[in-house]
Parts: sequence; structure tokens; C-alpha cells
Amino acid sequence: MPSLKDLKNRIASVKATQKITKAMKMVAAAKLRRAQEAAEAARPYSQRMSAVLSNIAQAVGGDADAPLLMTGTGKDQTHLLVVCTAERGLCGGFNGQIARFARDHVRKLLAQGKTVKIICVGKKGFDILRREFASLIIDRVDLREVKKIGFENADVIGKKIISLFEKSEFDVCTLFYSEFKSVISQVPTALQLIPAAVPEGVSADTGAIYEYEPDAGEILSDLIPRNISVQVFRALLENVAGEMGAKMSAMDNATRNAGEMINKLTLNYNRQRQAQITKELIEIISGAEAL
Amino acid sequence: MADFNFELVSPERLLLSERVTEVVIPATEGEMTVMANHAPTMTTLKPGVVTVKTAAGATNRYVVFGGFADILPTGCTLLAESAVSSDEFDRASLDKRIAAVKAQIDENNHSDEHLTRLEQFLAELTQLNEIVVAA
Repeated sequence: MPSLKDLKNRIASVKATQKITKAMKMVAAAKLRRAQEAAEAARPYSQRMSAVLSNIAQAVGGDADAPLLMTGTGKDQTHLLVVCTAERGLCGGFNGQIARFARDHVRKLLAQGKTVKIICVGKKGFDILRREFASLIIDRVDLREVKKIGFENADVIGKKIISLFEKSEFDVCTLFYSEFKSVISQVPTALQLIPAAVPEGVSADTGAIYEYEPDAGEILSDLIPRNISVQVFRALLENVAGEMGAKMSAMDNATRNAGEMINKLTLNYNRQRQAQITKELIEIISGAEAL
Repeated sequence: MADFNFELVSPERLLLSERVTEVVIPATEGEMTVMANHAPTMTTLKPGVVTVKTAAGATNRYVVFGGFADILPTGCTLLAESAVSSDEFDRASLDKRIAAVKAQIDENNHSDEHLTRLEQFLAELTQLNEIVVAA
């Protein structure tokens, strides 16, 4: 049975923890709003990008000189997985979810006899995947120093993927990230980058016959690498928003749990204090009676 | 003069969306001026300065690093890889880009085609540097 002093100390420590989780929840909420705004602001670009892309892809059609990035190498022996997770923990199952999703995918590919290479973006995913697939991880990108994710960060990753592709290091590239559905729901998602799936039916201005300068094929081969960077950028932004959402609900839960714990401990404390008072009273009364 | 809708979009945000009468864009094949009712054209951009004449009569300049333009008779959308207003333009960032490209060329492990592209990009950046200094 813990003494009164022990209980008091525990209550104080749980209260301190509760204050921290509450503050973290507040910070996450503020960051979530900012992340959502960033994702919102980035939307026009990616929307136009896919509209333009589908326009051009139609113009080029099934041309033989369509860039390799779009058609792929024709094989699917070597798979490159780009797994994007957060840099920090304390956000519930967020990182675990993505890593597990990626791991199942890797296992499936390995079972089919494919070669798998992994690039980890973010520390947490690297930590989890390293345990099982240390030999498959060819690179990792560290974004810990980055305060606000900009297009340059995504562009670095995009260029890395493309240069690996040009050295024919892989045939198929898939991006793993967490899609931000709402504050409480983030869905791990796989997106195939190479060969690029061309978005269809998004072109709003069909009918216009474009002049291309330089020709359509050349524009397309300029666009597709850009599009990869844009996709990575979008994934990173969604990830940040998702991370903050997950962190917010995780910290909210922690705060609530701490509250419950404090209630329980306080009840215990009061009960014991009462017991002690009663005990002392009985001692005094029985002492007085004995006289 | 007839005006049309012009949008300047960077991956991070929508920079500008307004009615303009004239836009000069640095296309890869040479500068071109877009006015209302331009034939539908799609072109890539090289690093350079975009000059925008708004319907209100003001002239704004933006520095862009590559991207592409989607021109329709009713409007023009510029998707720039990175774009800043020329007032806020930071010389240091341009110097950094030039240094980065030079470093890439020095690495010397590129295919000929890639090398040519890099060298061209460097030339364009240097040219842009001169324009900005002159302005």
C-alpha cells in the first residue's frame, strides 16, 4: 500500500505529464492548420499539372517516342519503394500504419521473386523497416532539419528517383504515404510513379487544338519528371497534415487518460487520508476511555 | 485593350490571378508576348523574367526558374517551378543555384545528353543573372 506521500508525488507527476500532452496537442492543432493550408495552396498547381498532362498525353497518343518514364521499361522485375513517414513519434499509429502497409507490400513482392529496393523518407519508417529489410534500403532522406516542407525538398527526392531510373536501377517505382482523409483518419496509400499513370478525363478545355513549342513529345519529357516531383511534394504535404492530425488525437487521448488517472489517484488519496484520521481519532478516544 | 485572365502558379501556392492585357514570358524558343485571343499554345519556360501588364495599367515583374505555360484564347496559366516577385528576388538564391549546377557539371558522371542540358541551364541562369543585375 503506497503511503500518502507516495500518492501525492504520483498525482503531481501525472499532472505534469498531462500539462505536457495538453501543450503538445495544442501545438499539433496549430501545425495541423498550417499544414492543411499548405496542402490547400499546393492544390492548384497539381490540378493544372494533371490537366495539362492528360491533354498532352492525348496529343502524343500511343507514339513510340513517348518518354520511358511514362511507358516504363516494359519489365517489372525490380521495384523501388519510396516510403514516406514522419520524423518524429508520439503520433499514435501513424508511422506504424505506413510502415506496416509498405512491409506487407515488400513481402508480397519478395514472394513473387521480385527484387525490391527501398528509399526511406523520414526517420521513423527507416527505424521500423531497418529491422526486417536492412539490406534492401538503398537510401534515406532526412527531413528533420526542415521546418516547413518546400518544393525543393520534394524536388531533391524526385530527381533522385529519376536519376536512379536513368541508370536503370529499377523498373517500377511506387510511393508510399498516408492520405489525409480527416483529422482522425489517415489512410496509408500506394501510388505508382513510374511508369506514370496518366490521369484521364480531367481536361476541362478539350476541343482546343494546341500548338506546341517545342513539340509535344519534348514538352512531355520535360513535364513528366516535374510531375514526379509534384506528386512527391503532394505526398509529403499530406503526410505532414496526417502526422499532425494523428498527433493531435493521440495527445488528446493521452490528456484524457491522464485526467482519469488523476481522478483515480485523488480518490485513493482522500480515502487513505480519511482512514488515517479515523484511525487517529479511535486511538485518542480509546486512550481517553482507558483512563 | 482587351484583357484576359492570367494565373501564375508555383507548387507552393497561387501567386497571382488577375485580369491582364499583356504578358511577356521567357519561352524556351525565345521570349513571347501573350495578349488576349492568343492561339492555344503550350510551351516550356527557361529561367527568366515574366513581365505582366495588368488591366489596371501596372507593370509587375516576376523571376521564374523553368516551368511551362498553358495559353488559351481566354486565359493564360503559367506553372513555374519557383517564382518570386522581382522586388523580393534574392540574388543569393540565384548564386546558389548557379553554384549547384556548376557542381553537378563538375561531377562529370553524366551522359552527354544530360551534360548538354545542364550546360544550357547554366547558360540560361547566367544570362538571367546579368538581366537582374542590369535591372
